[in-house]
Amino acid sequence: MLAMMLQLTIGAVDLAVAFLFMFGLWRMSSPVTAPSGMNFAGCGMVAAVFGSFLYVFTIGAAAKPHLAVNVLLAVAALSLGGGVAWWSGRKVALTAMPQLVALLNGMGGGAAGAIAAVELFGNKAQGGAQLIVAVLGALIGAVSLSGSLIAWAKLDGILKKPLRVRGQQLLNAVILLATVAVGGYFIFVASNDLEPLMTEPHLIELFFGCALILGILTTLPIGGADMPVVIAIYNAFTGLAVGLEGFVLQIPALMIAGMVVGASGLLLTLLMAKAMNRSIRNVLFSNFGAVTQRKERSINGSLKPVEAADAGIFMRYATSVIVVPGYGLAVAQGQQKLYEFVKLLQAAGVGVRFAIHPVAGRMPGQMDVLLAEAGVPYDLIFQLEDINDDFAATDVVLVIGANDVVNPAAHTDKSSPIFGMPILNADKAKKIYVIKRGEGKGYAGIENELFYADNCSMVYGDAQAVLVKMIEAVRALGTAVAA
Amino acid sequence: MNFQIDMNGFVALYIFMLAAFAGWVIIRGVPAILHTPLMSGSNFVHGIVVVGALFALLNASTATEQAIGFIAVLLGAGNAAGGYAVTDRMLAMFRLSGNEPKRRGKPRHVRSSHAGASASKKG
Repeated sequence: MLAMMLQLTIGAVDLAVAFLFMFGLWRMSSPVTAPSGMNFAGCGMVAAVFGSFLYVFTIGAAAKPHLAVNVLLAVAALSLGGGVAWWSGRKVALTAMPQLVALLNGMGGGAAGAIAAVELFGNKAQGGAQLIVAVLGALIGAVSLSGSLIAWAKLDGILKKPLRVRGQQLLNAVILLATVAVGGYFIFVASNDLEPLMTEPHLIELFFGCALILGILTTLPIGGADMPVVIAIYNAFTGLAVGLEGFVLQIPALMIAGMVVGASGLLLTLLMAKAMNRSIRNVLFSNFGAVTQRKERSINGSLKPVEAADAGIFMRYATSVIVVPGYGLAVAQGQQKLYEFVKLLQAAGVGVRFAIHPVAGRMPGQMDVLLAEAGVPYDLIFQLEDINDDFAATDVVLVIGANDVVNPAAHTDKSSPIFGMPILNADKAKKIYVIKRGEGKGYAGIENELFYADNCSMVYGDAQAVLVKMIEAVRALGTAVAA
Repeated sequence: MNFQIDMNGFVALYIFMLAAFAGWVIIRGVPAILHTPLMSGSNFVHGIVVVGALFALLNASTATEQAIGFIAVLLGAGNAAGGYAVTDRMLAMFRLSGNEPKRRGKPRHVRSSHAGASASKKG
C-alpha cells in the first residue's frame, strides 16, 4: 500500500513538473507574461527536487547501507552547486551573459554524462535498448560538456584565437569514429556477457575520454562571431542528452523537458544560421576567415572622420534616428551612456528607435538584453524584418560597433562571402554615423562600402567615450539656448 | 491495481516525438527580443537533470558511484539554480515606455505610432 502511494506521489509530482515547464515556456511568448512563466517553471523545479527525495523509499537493497551518506552527499551537492551558481547568476555582468550561459549549459551536459557514467559503472542499465540510449546520452552529454567549456573560455577571452590545424576535420572524424567504436564495443560486450579486451571500467573511461576530446576539438576552430550558433547547438545537445538519460532512468519529466529544450536549441540554431546566411555545416566545419582571401574590389569614396560633438548635435536637430548597436557596444559597456544620449534626443523631440540584427552580439538576442538593462523600453527595440523598410525615410542612422550586419555588399557584391545575408538597410538612410574603434575590418575580414559612402561619416573611438562626448555636446547646446 | 508505467519501446518514442513537436511550436512563438532569456530559460529547464542525478546518487552503492553521483548533483543543481537566477534577472529588465520610473510627460511619438504594430508582429 505504501509502495503504491509512493509511486502515485512520485508520478503525480513528475506530471505536475512537466506541465509547469511547458506552461512556463509557453508564457515566454511575450515580455509581459515571461517573468510569471519563469516563476511557474521555477516552482516546478523546486517541486521536482523535493519530490526526488521520495526515491529514498524506493531504493534497492545494495544502496540501503549507504543511504545516510548518500542523502548527506545529495544535500551538500545541492546547496553547494545551487548556492554558488545562484550567487554568480545574480552577480554576473550582463555583457558576460553568453559565457555564463555556455558554462551552465556545460554543467547540464556534464550532469547528464555523469548520470550515464553511474549507470554504466554500476552496470544498472537493463537490456540492450537502455544500454544503447545510456551510451548515446553519455556521448552527447560529454561532447556538450567539453564543447561548452571551450565556448566559455573563448567568450571569456581566455582563449583568444580560433585554433586550427591542418587535417582538423579528418582528425575529428577519426575521434568520432573511435568514440562510437568504443561505445559500440562496450554495448556489444555488456549485452552478450563476453570477456572484453580490457576491463569494463577502463572501456567506459576510454569512451568518456574520447567523447570529451571530441567536444574540445570540434569547438576550438570556431570563431567568436559564430558563437551564437555554437551556444544554441550545445543547448540542443544538452537537452537531448538529458532526455535520453531520462529514458534510461524511466523519469518522464526528464524526457519531456530534455526533448523540449532539444527542439528549442535546434530551432534557435537554424534561426541563427539563417541570419548569417550559412549552413550549420559551414559554421562547424569551415574556417570563415580563410575563405575570404580574394581580390579586393575597389571602393569609390573615402572614409570621412568627424568629431563626436558635431555628430551629436546633427542628431539633435534630426527628426528621426535609428540606432544600430553591435558587439562593439557590449565590449565598450556603452549601453547606459547610449540610452542617456537617446533620452536627450527624445527630450528634444527626436524620434529614436533601435534596430537589432539577429546575430548582433555573441548570443541570440544579446543586444536586446543589454538595451533592456540600460532601461530602453522594449517597444523602441525593433527586429530586422520589422524596421528594415523604415530606413529610407529616416534622417540619421547611428551605427555603434556593428559592421558586417550593415554591409551593403550582402546585397550588391556576388563575390562577397556575406552575399545573401540579411542586413539592416542602414545605407538607405539620409545620413549615417558610424562609431568604430579604428579603421579595421569587421569579423568577416571584408571592407564595408557603407563606410565610404558620401552620406556616411566615421566617429572613431571607444563607443562609451564617444557617447559621453555626444551627451556633453548636446547638453552644452541646451544650456546655450537657455542662456 | 498496478500504476507502474512501462516505458520501454514505443511509449518512450511517442513521448519524445510529441515533446519535440510541442517544444518546437512553443519556442517558435517566442519573439526574437527574448531570445537570450529563452536560451538561459531553456538552459534552466534542462537543469531538471538534477532529478536524475539525485536518483543516481541516492541509489549509489559504491564509492565510485557516490563520487560521480555527487558531481552529477552538483552540476545539475548549478545548472538549475544559475539558469533561474539569470533568466529571472534578465526578464525583470524588459519594460514598456509607459512603465518608466522617473520620466513622465515626455514626447513619445515613436511609441505611439509603432508600439501596436510591433506588438502584433512579435506576438
